[in-house]
Amino acid sequence: MEIRTLTCISCPMGCPLTIEMDGDEIISITGNTCKRGEVYARKEVTAPTRIVTSTIKVTGGSADMVSVKTKTDIPKDKIFECIKCLKGVSVRAPVHIGDVIVPNAADTGVDIVATKDVE
Amino acid sequence: MKSYDIVIIGGGPAGLAAAVSARDHGIKSILILERDKELGGILNQCIHNGFGLHTFKEELTGPEYAARFIEQVKERGIEYKLNTMVMDISPDKTVTAMNREEGLFEILAKAVILAMGCRERPRGALNIPGYRPAGIFSAGTAQRLVNMEGYMPGREVVILGSGDIGLIMARRMTFEGAKVKVVAELMPYSGGLKRNIVQCLNDYGIPLKLSHTVVDIKGRERVEGVTIAEVDGNGRPIPGTEEFYSCDTLLLSVGLIPENELSNGMGVEMNPITSGPFVNESLETNIEGVFACGNVLHVHDLVDFVSEEAAAAGAHAALYVKGRSCPDVGSEIVFRAEDGVRYTVPTTVNPARMDGKLTVRFRVGAVYKNCYTAVYFDSERILHRKRQILAPGEMEEIHLTKDQIEKYPDLKTITVKIEEA
Repeated sequence: MEIRTLTCISCPMGCPLTIEMDGDEIISITGNTCKRGEVYARKEVTAPTRIVTSTIKVTGGSADMVSVKTKTDIPKDKIFECIKCLKGVSVRAPVHIGDVIVPNAADTGVDIVATKDVE
Repeated sequence: MKSYDIVIIGGGPAGLAAAVSARDHGIKSILILERDKELGGILNQCIHNGFGLHTFKEELTGPEYAARFIEQVKERGIEYKLNTMVMDISPDKTVTAMNREEGLFEILAKAVILAMGCRERPRGALNIPGYRPAGIFSAGTAQRLVNMEGYMPGREVVILGSGDIGLIMARRMTFEGAKVKVVAELMPYSGGLKRNIVQCLNDYGIPLKLSHTVVDIKGRERVEGVTIAEVDGNGRPIPGTEEFYSCDTLLLSVGLIPENELSNGMGVEMNPITSGPFVNESLETNIEGVFACGNVLHVHDLVDFVSEEAAAAGAHAALYVKGRSCPDVGSEIVFRAEDGVRYTVPTTVNPARMDGKLTVRFRVGAVYKNCYTAVYFDSERILHRKRQILAPGEMEEIHLTKDQIEKYPDLKTITVKIEEA
């Protein structure tokens, strides 16, 4: 039996959530004031995901850096691997929003794409 | 002298949305003046996601959110000047500006929309003792350095203040290899959004110390460390609670202040609570035909509401230029902010000039749990809404309708307050 604690982010209340786990199975969720807390806790303890954003160098354009993101959310434990695969990456202008910078980042199946136009 | 129907000061999220809306309300002659080299304002350095959930029903990064509005401005052929600094606006709406190509020049405007945004509270406003070594940055400056210019401000970081930009930068600096040791917050609650506390601090094991502040900065040439102490209920450091953190960088995320030098210069009346102009239901200042929106009016948490507010300002400016049909009769109803409500925007409403619906935005002064948002028309309570929580870091809003207000022909004041359960 494992006990995990989280802060709910569904609203400013920030309910302290306690989740009782037996391996991968959720035994109980307590501490939430509303339904949204339970939904959040379920996702956070079973498959937490995040969108990762960063910047890379761009040469020959109107700016020195271009911002990038993972096109969709990726598993939380892959965040630093995704960041690492951007190390040393640079592109030549022009770059446009949505251009793939790194395909299949850290084997997540998710591309890292540009989030800004640099002409 | 060149003249335009509407001149918009600032090409950030507020200026862009105001321009699009004014155009869509039939005004062709619009000019945006922007001092930076590109449109989009602060969104250009806010590379994180979470923008646009209300406006576009999807989660965008700052540059993507800005790009949507920039595209709308360009599609409509709205004129703008970049690298252009507005120096002065006279009460008769002559805008004096300068740039490298045209030098100093004047533009006559029928209406002006103030959309200059805000700036960060600097170290000088905080009374922290110590030398002035390198390595102390406002969080937004660090954000610009990292995200736009590609420089890392330092490797070991302490952050004072838990404003959203500081929280976002805690995560950003961690991604870039820095060690963020602690975030100290003077108040007993965070000034940032819950989501940012969890996803920027908790996710990376960065401690948040509430009711703590920096009492000393060590280092002459470069920051070598800072001393943090707990504070009492009056914000005074408690002797014996000092803790030293070695670091080379101190980031400050201690509040935003609307940038109203131009507004002050032209005689716009300011609300000392928001540091932004007093405005009526049309988001119009005490000077007729001068409107304000976005962070220059009051500091927002979410850009979506900036865009919404700016669109309203643009629509009202358009109406003013076309010649408002209703007379400026002296039947203004005054808003009063009481019992925990710090301010309201707007501060007056003239029902004759009102649209069908009016959004009233406000902030509370402390954390309130299990309470009610109450609205009184003179002494009669017309709204009593149960709220699980209200916090200073989250802007609130209520909606009033024209029909609702017109049922009270002698109405003098509308009071917004918090009531305990």
